[in-house]
Amino acid sequence: MVNKQFMIIDGMPVEIQGESNLLELIRKVGIKMPTFCYHSELSVYGACRMCMVEDERGMLMAACSTQPKPGMKIRTNTERLRRYRKNILELLLANHCRDCTTCSNNGSCKLQDLARRFNIDGVRFPNTSPVPRMDTSSLSIVRDAAKCILCGDCVRVCNEVQNVGAIDFVNRGSKMLVTTAFDMPIAKSPCVGCGQCAAVCPTGAIVVREDIGRVWEALEAPDTKVTVQVAPAVRVALGKELNIGEGENAMGKIVAALHRMGFDDVFDTTTGADLTVLEESEEFLDRVAKGGKLPLFTSCCPAWIQYAEKNYPELLPNISSCKSPMEMFAAVIKEQGKYSSRKQFHVAVMPCTAKKFEAAREEFQVDGKPYVDAVITSQELIRMIKESGIVFDELMPEAVDVPFSGASGAGVIFGVTGGVTEAVLRRVSSDKSRAGLLSISYSGVRGMEGVKETTVRYGDMDVRIAVVSGLRNASNLIAKIQSGEATYHLVEVMACPGGCVAGGGQPFGSSLMKEKRAEGLYMSDGVSSIKRSEENQVVTALYQGLLKGKVHELLHVDYVKGEAK
Amino acid sequence: MKLTSRKDLIALRERCAAAIANERKRILVCAGTGCASGGSLDIYARLKALMAQRGIPCSVELADEPHGEVVGLKKCGCHGFCEMGPLVRIEPAGWLYVKVKVEDCEEIIDRTIVGDELIERLTYRKGGVSYARQDEIPFYKNQHRIVLEHCGHIDAESIEEYIGVGGYSAFEKALFDMTGEEVVQTVLESNLRGRGGAGFPAGIKWDTVRKTPADQKYILCNGDEGDPGAFMDRSIMEGDPHRMLEGMMIAGVATGATKGYIYVRAEYPMAVARLHTAIEQAQEHGLLGENILGTGFSFTIHINRGAGAFVCGEETALIASIEGDRGFPRVRYLPTAVKGLFGKPTVPNNVETYANVPLIILRGAEWFKKIGKDPKNAGTKVFALTGNIENTGLIEVPMGTPLSEVIYDIGGGCRGGAEFKAVQIGGPSGGCLTKEHMDLPLDYDSLKSVGAIIGSGGLVVMDEHTCIVEVARFFMHFTQNESCGKCVPCREGTKRMLEILQNIVAGKGREGDVELLLELADTVQNTALCGLGKTAPNPVLSTIRSFRDEYEAHIKEHRCPAGACQKLKRIYIDPQLCKGCSRCAKGCPANAISGQIKSPYSIDLSLCIRCGACISTCPFHAIKEG
Repeated sequence: MVNKQFMIIDGMPVEIQGESNLLELIRKVGIKMPTFCYHSELSVYGACRMCMVEDERGMLMAACSTQPKPGMKIRTNTERLRRYRKNILELLLANHCRDCTTCSNNGSCKLQDLARRFNIDGVRFPNTSPVPRMDTSSLSIVRDAAKCILCGDCVRVCNEVQNVGAIDFVNRGSKMLVTTAFDMPIAKSPCVGCGQCAAVCPTGAIVVREDIGRVWEALEAPDTKVTVQVAPAVRVALGKELNIGEGENAMGKIVAALHRMGFDDVFDTTTGADLTVLEESEEFLDRVAKGGKLPLFTSCCPAWIQYAEKNYPELLPNISSCKSPMEMFAAVIKEQGKYSSRKQFHVAVMPCTAKKFEAAREEFQVDGKPYVDAVITSQELIRMIKESGIVFDELMPEAVDVPFSGASGAGVIFGVTGGVTEAVLRRVSSDKSRAGLLSISYSGVRGMEGVKETTVRYGDMDVRIAVVSGLRNASNLIAKIQSGEATYHLVEVMACPGGCVAGGGQPFGSSLMKEKRAEGLYMSDGVSSIKRSEENQVVTALYQGLLKGKVHELLHVDYVKGEAK
Repeated sequence: MKLTSRKDLIALRERCAAAIANERKRILVCAGTGCASGGSLDIYARLKALMAQRGIPCSVELADEPHGEVVGLKKCGCHGFCEMGPLVRIEPAGWLYVKVKVEDCEEIIDRTIVGDELIERLTYRKGGVSYARQDEIPFYKNQHRIVLEHCGHIDAESIEEYIGVGGYSAFEKALFDMTGEEVVQTVLESNLRGRGGAGFPAGIKWDTVRKTPADQKYILCNGDEGDPGAFMDRSIMEGDPHRMLEGMMIAGVATGATKGYIYVRAEYPMAVARLHTAIEQAQEHGLLGENILGTGFSFTIHINRGAGAFVCGEETALIASIEGDRGFPRVRYLPTAVKGLFGKPTVPNNVETYANVPLIILRGAEWFKKIGKDPKNAGTKVFALTGNIENTGLIEVPMGTPLSEVIYDIGGGCRGGAEFKAVQIGGPSGGCLTKEHMDLPLDYDSLKSVGAIIGSGGLVVMDEHTCIVEVARFFMHFTQNESCGKCVPCREGTKRMLEILQNIVAGKGREGDVELLLELADTVQNTALCGLGKTAPNPVLSTIRSFRDEYEAHIKEHRCPAGACQKLKRIYIDPQLCKGCSRCAKGCPANAISGQIKSPYSIDLSLCIRCGACISTCPFHAIKEG
């Protein structure tokens, strides 16, 4: 007890355990402070002023930017504070579009939520809500500056976490805006479509581009066969929104829901991931053996690909020529249905906004028709389920459809940072025992850290591996590689911090929720009887049948030349 | 010439002092921004040409070697009496010529320089008395010039003149005769408080920086003076730049900082140019750079020009701006003195604060504390006196000087003998003082007690014809325009406050507006992120406190008691005087006047735009305002 330090929050003593600000401590005692601009992953901005607290002398301070000090006594909910919070909300609302019912963020808007929480029953100022100022140029996100409350979350995530810097503030005072340099359409900016801005946006100012309409249309068309693949990270992210446990693997229910909506065949992208593991392992071993370009960078993440294209074109030859699992699998599915009398429409359900862009890339089209006809995000899937009226938590789970009804645990963990690497290691490791599996999982590839490094023994060679998520981490690592400070053989890059479980198309989650989702994927791997991609019989059958002589055409791409191989 | 030892500096000082003494007469032409825009640089050129023509030996720069009796012709810094510019001072007589024109130059040379004769028509005259000597003029007589002692008295672009009048001897003392700790102790004991706004003791900042270990420390000078009507810092930077540099260098010696940054508004081109010149001269003389005067102490000074955002005068925004970020205030867990510029310990003081330092080091803390009425509010304060006052200009008075002395004795009362109504002190962050505050001592603590701040020292005087609501609207417009937009209360709150004030002065005020203003002011004041937002409601709060009845008159009676609000003016036709000639109706651009010929006309106020055209066209003076 001697060295413990305490402070008092609303009369409750709380131990200070190295929290950097009052807000963290207040959350610890079970009080949910209202905030717009605070995110533990981002720098402290201190602009919304909703988290003001009062000390015993009546001094006010913003909890997000005040260090806890032993003996401090603060109150978080006084008449004065409530008045100020209401006034701030009223000021924001006066200047904000109030057509909540027709906003695509209706129901998941923080401004709406706090207005309700603080019972804002009227706005005394003339409504100066600006006219919509839409930027629909991006295939991944849609921006409407008119709904922006200038909390700066998107600016910070884009600059601090992703090092993309596509958006920033322009103008001053009440004329301030978040926009791109020279107010160019976002598609012409350095944006890579990762969607992290949409994930942190508390209002409807940046939202995921909706492609639901095209999917419903395809489902209605009588002469069209609609197939769908579901990415690993999607199955563990529906919890909060659909009344099941966070991180719970809901793949069976998702399949059932998709069947009910009218999808003809439902497949699991994990099967595509298994193809990726085999192709990428082979490419890696080939480069090692033949002295090809190293390190080999993974190619599953389309935001990372765009980031490399825009910032490190010299690295493109280092990037694996493997298509992403979605594109590999889509090519296989389309090839399979090539001779069907019905039109093929293939949908991919992804945790990712950048996949929408990837699907539209010229490299992934045949005769002007894309392999993936529509990408919908987890958020859109939830919306479709709700729209259908399906009571998700009551659904009986169903299995995916033949002929692609087999997937390994290695493919499932693609959805979390380090998963691709772990899967590849399982493939290339000569130790196929249970102990061998365990030693790979403990080699340092797991965990939500942004940068992980490990060395594994392969034959008589020490293979140096780096696993990064978050593009700033990636660019820092690249700088080290380019300066010669670090050397690796294999580098896994995922644009979203934590990997696909934290993708821009997922329902927004705290870091705890992201960890739960990762846990859910590792659990699915645990209960899967096939641990290694090469043991997946579906994949083996594909190589012997459909893929024969078409491996390069269907599974590889050349980003340097901008064409499929 | 590079000085490499203390001996070199002392020798140069003696030579420069001798060279100044060697100047038989000195003509000091004010080259501050005010007088320069009034044509003083042409006057300077004309005087120079005339002296050449007349064969009068003239020294523009101080010569190293005395070469016989010469007349010095100098471009000096601001004298402060801007109302009367362009100003020309004649030494050693101490005469001040006011409102000098190029045509007067010949007479000045012939009669005053050649003939030793005073030109009476060029002297300052007031109340039938003409004042020959500058120090006898009431405007100057009641001042106590310490910080501004050289402004107007030496060539602002010459390091030799500055050294010749004793410049850099405080730096020399700090460098050779004192330890860093002693310097900090002296500043602490002097109770020197920051001249830029809040009045935080400079010594405490210095002490913290000195005691915080770091591989790099910085001295930061805030010259981003942006209050409307304030030009104290500009005048110091223009008129005596070396004085401020010396203060920064002493701060470097005291704290162990080796780099100084001056953040100055780009709208002050002359100040920027003079600072550049001064820094170059100091470098050439070995007073800035590596191994200064052979002591091993190194100090360099960089100039950063601000791009025009008022908020960059706020410490954290200023630092963000220097670091290359958007000029946004930042949240801070630690004070700037611990974690400031580039994350290093930084002394943040303003121009005037640094300019005070050399004399404190030279004459001691006790001397400084005796200036002013209260040792806790020691020293002098420079104020910029503007608005409806007889003598606008720059003044320096001891802290604690009563308001009445500044307004009447120095300022000469309101312009045209109008009645004094209020004075806005501290710019848009300050408050207004009224007749009841006439005896209030102008110092940090007294002003704080009445809800105002000394701020950087702008004094905007208003007379009975000024509408107080309009004044509040003006300042709110300023802060709203200059709000960076980062935090919600300042960005949105000031916008709404401005809207309400605009409505009130336009006659569209509604019952409850004053209460709503007070409520918003409370929220903004208590929740805004930085000083700009926290103080933005001050003008509104202090004017409501003193003149609530004027607000009410606007709102309830649609009447402006000062008769200043255009939209509230009522123009009417006196039916007794109107002959029905229709001339007014024909001239009305808004077609607001109608009537039958030969019977009294009338004005439809809902159409009237209060342009006053009808008043001037009426041959019978039947149209009146009221």
